[in-house]
Amino acid sequence: MGEDKMKLLTGVVVSDYESISFTELCHCCMLTQEQVLTMVEHGIIEPMEFQVTRSHWQFTSDSMLRIQTAVRLQRDLGVNMAGAALALELLDEIKTLRRLKDARQ
Amino acid sequence: MEYKDYYQILGVDKDATQDEIKRAYRKLARKYHPDVSSESDAEERFKEVGEAYEVLKNVEKRAAYDQLGANWKNGQNGFQPPPDWDAGFEFHSGDYAGSASSAADFSEFFETLFGQDGGVRYGAGSSDHAGYQARGEDSHAKVLIDLEDAYQGASRSLSLRATVLGKDGRPQLKERTLNIKIPKGVRQGQHIRLQGQGGSGMGGSPDGDLYLEIEFNSHSIYKVEGRDITLELPISPWEAALGNKLHIPTPAGKVDMKIPAGVSSGKRLRLKGRGIPGKTPGDFYVTLEIVLPEYLSEKEKTLYEALKLETQNVNPRSKLGV
Repeated sequence: MGEDKMKLLTGVVVSDYESISFTELCHCCMLTQEQVLTMVEHGIIEPMEFQVTRSHWQFTSDSMLRIQTAVRLQRDLGVNMAGAALALELLDEIKTLRRLKDARQ
Repeated sequence: MEYKDYYQILGVDKDATQDEIKRAYRKLARKYHPDVSSESDAEERFKEVGEAYEVLKNVEKRAAYDQLGANWKNGQNGFQPPPDWDAGFEFHSGDYAGSASSAADFSEFFETLFGQDGGVRYGAGSSDHAGYQARGEDSHAKVLIDLEDAYQGASRSLSLRATVLGKDGRPQLKERTLNIKIPKGVRQGQHIRLQGQGGSGMGGSPDGDLYLEIEFNSHSIYKVEGRDITLELPISPWEAALGNKLHIPTPAGKVDMKIPAGVSSGKRLRLKGRGIPGKTPGDFYVTLEIVLPEYLSEKEKTLYEALKLETQNVNPRSKLGV
């Protein structure tokens, strides 16, 4: 770890422009396809376009963060998938409202 | 080592029922969950609450803890459990599985009493670790940058404190410094993923990732909204009436901007593509604000008087019906 001090680390920006495929998403989040599919069914994440075949689905790369939050909420608070989806939606709303408030100040 | 009052942490009485403890825990877990809470010390509190519940939810551990609690004050600040504190208590391993938080995050106090896996301190529990594999946890941190850094890109040196497993298998707080490149075009709230820079994996599994959330320092003149930047630009009444070409500041440097004639306060002008750079760059908005000089000279007053006479038919309040 001592080398880290010298080395300049470059990360990947998790952004809402870049896309990630269904399989990549499952792999990154270490979840099975069924688990990720359930999240899509609950609207926690949404493919950029609903294609006929799942293997063609593309997601914005910040979907990864949403999935991870949903997993943590379920694990730590014992909420079910619908509860996690609701919490995420409300958190989004709070975020938007806070930004609006800050922008007005 | 500091003694931890698990009852106080959960805000329950010493004689609380198991149901009361469960209710108190669930409420506090929701309150301090790092994904939900806006409290600054949420993560720490959440771990503390999880640790307290880990002990109190289990009647065996709770009884052992209560026994200890009666005597702890003798030790005062430097708490050490008596060597046979748990004599006569039988623990069952395995009840730890599926618990809320990772055992590696528990306090030294907890580790001393219940061991690292939260099960039995002696015997069975530890052998389970052989052959155990798990990918390292992902870590999260915030990084504060200036708006200008998002325009130009920058590098930041970050000090992170993380719990890592020491050579003796016990968790230790370790501080490390990372040099991180902030790419041009990042926006508020975006995350940068640094692969393999999170928690260490166990048994040869890969390390977790480090996620850095970008936050902008508040700026004295610009407001940021997503990719777009807004500048409030003061102009004089005659500039508003006649129009003008002005130098205006942007995070990328000064630019010339044409103010059309006859603009009112609050009007928004757009400089396309001068917001935060990127594949789809943001826009730079200028909101005009007409300001009057604090003092008017006699000559200026006379000129305004003349203007008043000239514009007698103009009623800016016609829409208000007055």
